[in-house]
Amino acid sequence: MSDWGYVSMAWGITAAVLVAYAIWIIVRGRALSRRVPPEDRRWT
Amino acid sequence: VTSQPSAIRPDDQLVDTDTDTDTDADADGSVGTGSRATRILGLLTLAGIALATYLALVASPPSPAPPDGMGDVVRILYVHVPIVTMAYVGCGLTTLGSVMYLWKKSVWWDITAAASAEVAMVFTALTLVIGMIWARPTWGAWWVWDGRLTSTAMLLLLLLGYLAVRRLPAEAATRSKRSAIVGVLLVPNVYIVNRSVTWWRSLHQGSTLGLQPKIEGLMFFSLMFAMFVAALLFAWLLIHRWRLVWLEEQLDAHELDRAILERRAEAAAGSTPATIVPPTTSGSI
Repeated sequence: MSDWGYVSMAWGITAAVLVAYAIWIIVRGRALSRRVPPEDRRWT
Repeated sequence: VTSQPSAIRPDDQLVDTDTDTDTDADADGSVGTGSRATRILGLLTLAGIALATYLALVASPPSPAPPDGMGDVVRILYVHVPIVTMAYVGCGLTTLGSVMYLWKKSVWWDITAAASAEVAMVFTALTLVIGMIWARPTWGAWWVWDGRLTSTAMLLLLLLGYLAVRRLPAEAATRSKRSAIVGVLLVPNVYIVNRSVTWWRSLHQGSTLGLQPKIEGLMFFSLMFAMFVAALLFAWLLIHRWRLVWLEEQLDAHELDRAILERRAEAAAGSTPATIVPPTTSGSI
């Protein structure tokens, strides 16, 4: 594998993991927040 | 927003999330873990990621070719170093939160420690994976049992242990105390990881930054900018994860209250017949 192959693999895996983690946090946050009354969501 | 119920909704109502109430709430941004500040932070982070990627992969020059340098493989370090730095910051925050919880018994610090530990775990796992990819062309092996690599793997295990302890079934205060005791061990472990390249003979290179940086010019600027962007990303993830833990705690507390009320209602219903005096008996007396 060329140098750029390793570089692409490292950056690609990093981007994929961080995007997946951010999406999971957002989706789970939206699901849970619908079950909690607005007064318990202090940031809104 | 005003039409939302003031009590916790049961799980089965999660299936239908496309109601008018939810749509209205989504429109004004009141559902979820986001706020105006985090949306601005998120936009800044996305813009920063785009610029950092351009600087690292296009604008900055490659290192001299081996054996004098790493060639283009050096571009991996523009993501590896910021990620590991934020992993250390996350471990530091977890230890700080754990100490503060043990001292003050503050739920805020407990949630901070929990949220920070999970983000740090993701960053530490990424550090190991990116490091392995960097090691293959640099050392000729994906993994060696080097002091830096082994101690980083131990750090990941400790973070996984912290998260596992938090998921053990226990009363909230007991769970928080147990996990805080594990969380206190993180910073000493980070110190071992950091000093491992000087304490033991190591394949891993020493510190690139520090008081006398080994890189300069656009390479140095690109690395520092990537670290700044990683800090923004870490902050965004931490804030959202903090709010998610808060929501989980609220739901746990409400569901516990609901279960206690149900048990009390069942107990009251079960004892009712025994306390009723038959009308005929009381009437005859």
